[in-house]
Amino acid sequence: MEFFRIKKDIPFMRHALKFNIISLVTFLLAVFFLATKGLHLSVEFTGGTLIEVSYKQSADLEKMRGALGKAGFSDFQVQNFGSSQDVLIRLPLRDAQESAKQGEQVMAALNADAPGAELRRVEYVGPQVGKELAENGAMALLVVILGIMIYLAFRFEWRFSVSAIIANLHDVIIILGFFAAFQWEFSLSVLAAVLAVLGYSVNESVVVFDRVRETFKKVRGLTTPQVLDHAITSTISRTIITHGSTQIMVLSMLIFGGETLYYFSLALTIGICFGIYSSVLVASPLVMWLGVSREQFIKPKKVIEGANEDGAVV
Amino acid sequence: MNRYPLWKYIIVAVSLVLGFIYTLPNFYGESPAVQVSSAKATLKVDNGTLSRAEDALKSAGIAHDGIQLDSVGVKARFTSTDIQLKAKDVLEKTFNPDASDPQYVIALNLLTASPRWLTSLNALPMYLGLDLRGGVHFLLQVDMKGALTKRLDSTSADLRTVMRDKNLRHAGINREGERIVINFRDAETRDKARAAIGDNQPDLQLTEAGDGSDVRLIATLKPEAQKKIGEFALKQNITTLHNRINELGVAEPVIQQQGADRIVVQLPGVQDTAKAKDILGRTATLEICMVDDAPGVLEAALAGSVPFGTEVYTERGGSPLLVKKQVVLTGDRLTDAQPGFDGQTNEPAVHLTLDAAGARIFKDVTRENVGKRMAILLIEKGKGEVVTAPVIRTEIGGGRVQISGRMTTTEANDVALLLRAGSLAAPMDIVEERTIGPSLGAENIEKGFNSTLWGFVAIAVFMIVYYQMFGVVSVLALASNLLLLVALLSMLQATLTLPGIAAIALTLGMAIDANVLINERVREELRAGMPPQAAISEGYERAFGTILDSNITTLIAGLALLIFGSGPVRGFAVVHCLGILTSIFSSVVVSRALVNLIYGRQKKLAKVAIGQIWKPGVAAAGGKK
Repeated sequence: MEFFRIKKDIPFMRHALKFNIISLVTFLLAVFFLATKGLHLSVEFTGGTLIEVSYKQSADLEKMRGALGKAGFSDFQVQNFGSSQDVLIRLPLRDAQESAKQGEQVMAALNADAPGAELRRVEYVGPQVGKELAENGAMALLVVILGIMIYLAFRFEWRFSVSAIIANLHDVIIILGFFAAFQWEFSLSVLAAVLAVLGYSVNESVVVFDRVRETFKKVRGLTTPQVLDHAITSTISRTIITHGSTQIMVLSMLIFGGETLYYFSLALTIGICFGIYSSVLVASPLVMWLGVSREQFIKPKKVIEGANEDGAVV
Repeated sequence: MNRYPLWKYIIVAVSLVLGFIYTLPNFYGESPAVQVSSAKATLKVDNGTLSRAEDALKSAGIAHDGIQLDSVGVKARFTSTDIQLKAKDVLEKTFNPDASDPQYVIALNLLTASPRWLTSLNALPMYLGLDLRGGVHFLLQVDMKGALTKRLDSTSADLRTVMRDKNLRHAGINREGERIVINFRDAETRDKARAAIGDNQPDLQLTEAGDGSDVRLIATLKPEAQKKIGEFALKQNITTLHNRINELGVAEPVIQQQGADRIVVQLPGVQDTAKAKDILGRTATLEICMVDDAPGVLEAALAGSVPFGTEVYTERGGSPLLVKKQVVLTGDRLTDAQPGFDGQTNEPAVHLTLDAAGARIFKDVTRENVGKRMAILLIEKGKGEVVTAPVIRTEIGGGRVQISGRMTTTEANDVALLLRAGSLAAPMDIVEERTIGPSLGAENIEKGFNSTLWGFVAIAVFMIVYYQMFGVVSVLALASNLLLLVALLSMLQATLTLPGIAAIALTLGMAIDANVLINERVREELRAGMPPQAAISEGYERAFGTILDSNITTLIAGLALLIFGSGPVRGFAVVHCLGILTSIFSSVVVSRALVNLIYGRQKKLAKVAIGQIWKPGVAAAGGKK
């Protein structure tokens, strides 16, 4: 079985501008959503209390809200989590001493007015910790970007490194844009997924760039767009199969992983889909526009004194 | 050309066998157990405890499945949870006859059910995080500022004593924020005071301020002294927490320092957070009272008529003691307690250091009560325990108290620890809390396992259909990757969390990339018309550079997560990084070994089963797959 039967190199570079416009539009949309709606940050970043309870029968959310309101809570959110029996309650930060006791207070309130709740999980994060987690997250992102850039610059050439990073950063923004647009919860594990995807989809650019370099060295007489077309075409089969396999795994998590892994695998899914697109169809044109050429890969020939025009000497 | 030297095969074989052995314990599951450990620093669990537990179980007719002694305590294994609960009751009665004063912690635990030879190889199942087995996690912030203020308060009291002793007149000593301000009426007194304080309080840094009739000395703690106080406070708080958590009966508590001023407490299996919080936040106090040793009073008290204003306590030796309720001194006045030796008799002793005010009180009390006994009590939950009840020999001044007599070195150590650990050195706040119910934990394991399983199966089916024999090799390489990863996690006893399981799944999904790269490369070489042997060799050779590149970029991301991540992210990052390392080995070395074994020996290899190789020209003529 062979999926890809490509006779000639596909002229990707002819459409380079179109691809880049598509991705620019998506990118701007993502930025727009991030700016207007913002990320729906989880308790881990904002600080606050998260309580998951489960009922034997379907939970009566109205009754629960009433119970909590009566107990003096305000600004809380009560919503179903995965199934109608499971309920997630979110409480904003209060001063430290009180927040630490909120778990018990909520259970007490629920047991009084909406009995039968089983406590499944409590997460309380203080304001200081939340801030630190957010800072560390941003720091991790920065280090990943710098690390990859340095590695690529060292391994290839600055043109490759710059285009790979631009292409993949725009993936990150797009993933964040999705989370902002749909107001999906952005938690620490989603952040982990985003960073993992960043490292992963840079791979894609690396594979293509490896081919570009090889083609430049081996095949003479091709123009730069032709070389890029050839490199993309000859790796496209591997690209699709690899990402397909990874996506199978992610899909399996999306289906079987339950609520906890849901947004994690969702971020990965978006990342993988856009990763293919951007690292192949956005990074390569960028390299071309940054002016990559054959000379950069061929070691300059030593000019031998007294040689004739052919470079022959006796 | 596709032959490995023997040593390479041996490396592959050895690593797979090791991987298998260390993965094995994860399949045996766990059996219910009861653990007996010491609740007090003074009590050691030894072979005597082991045989005592064994006898207790035997006499109660409860069959155990193995009993052992390790660094934590005595652990007895049982076949079912019913027997486990019965055994817990029996052991509880044997070891803690007085329920109000537990000597031992009897806790329910789970022990690996793997055979002994595996355990003796240190092959243990993976260590599950709280989100997989249920429990509570607290992050406590130690209020270092509080510890410093406490210290400065006692220092200013000390300074007053110094001034009085040296007959230096001052116009007030006050603590203002993080410094102590001493006012003087003239510069001469100030200079003398400065010299006196310099000798007496080496931890203080002094600066002069003001002029004329209003001159001041400003004392601040030296940075290294501040650091020492902070470290001491943290250490003492951890010790105190240890002692308190022992009461909860948790089998494997984790109490660790995190960063400069935080403590992580993890209590697997504990569901009652309210009680846990109560115990963590409780303050124990030390009290020094006088012993009422008037003749006949003790006998009367034991007979039932306790004199007014006194209370009966039991000494550690077991003999009763009548203690006056009036408190002479509280633990607030105690600044340090260290084990040591008596200067004259060379007996083991405990050296206490009191602050200035405490020293004054102590001096007065001892002067008035030479020849009588005093009791040092540790009060917790409103219940007192006599730590020691020494006889006062002489008046004791200067705030340095030595407790000695009838003590072994170990006892002296333990008493010092108890005195120090009785109370928290600095207040603590809970800054993070996670509670996970046991049913949620079990569900998380199942979900994680299912996602990995079905993802693996789907990838395996696809690879085998698409790449045939090379697909089989890839799947075997992927399976060996999983095996090595699980073995590595078990060996390192790294904490496995749900994000960690997700990382296993994701790593497998990404690891197959290397094999796809290789297989595609081999196909390509075949398409270009290379003979099979050469194509295999070339394919592996050329793909390797790319594999290395791509894994390094992923590893950079993984390492950044490991360094900056916390909580769930770190769990993910650890597995992710390890997975990248094992995947390079398995996809390149293991798969090559397999291919070499299958194809390398055939000298005239005409065809390899890597799926159909489609060539542009041929396909146009042939038409079908």
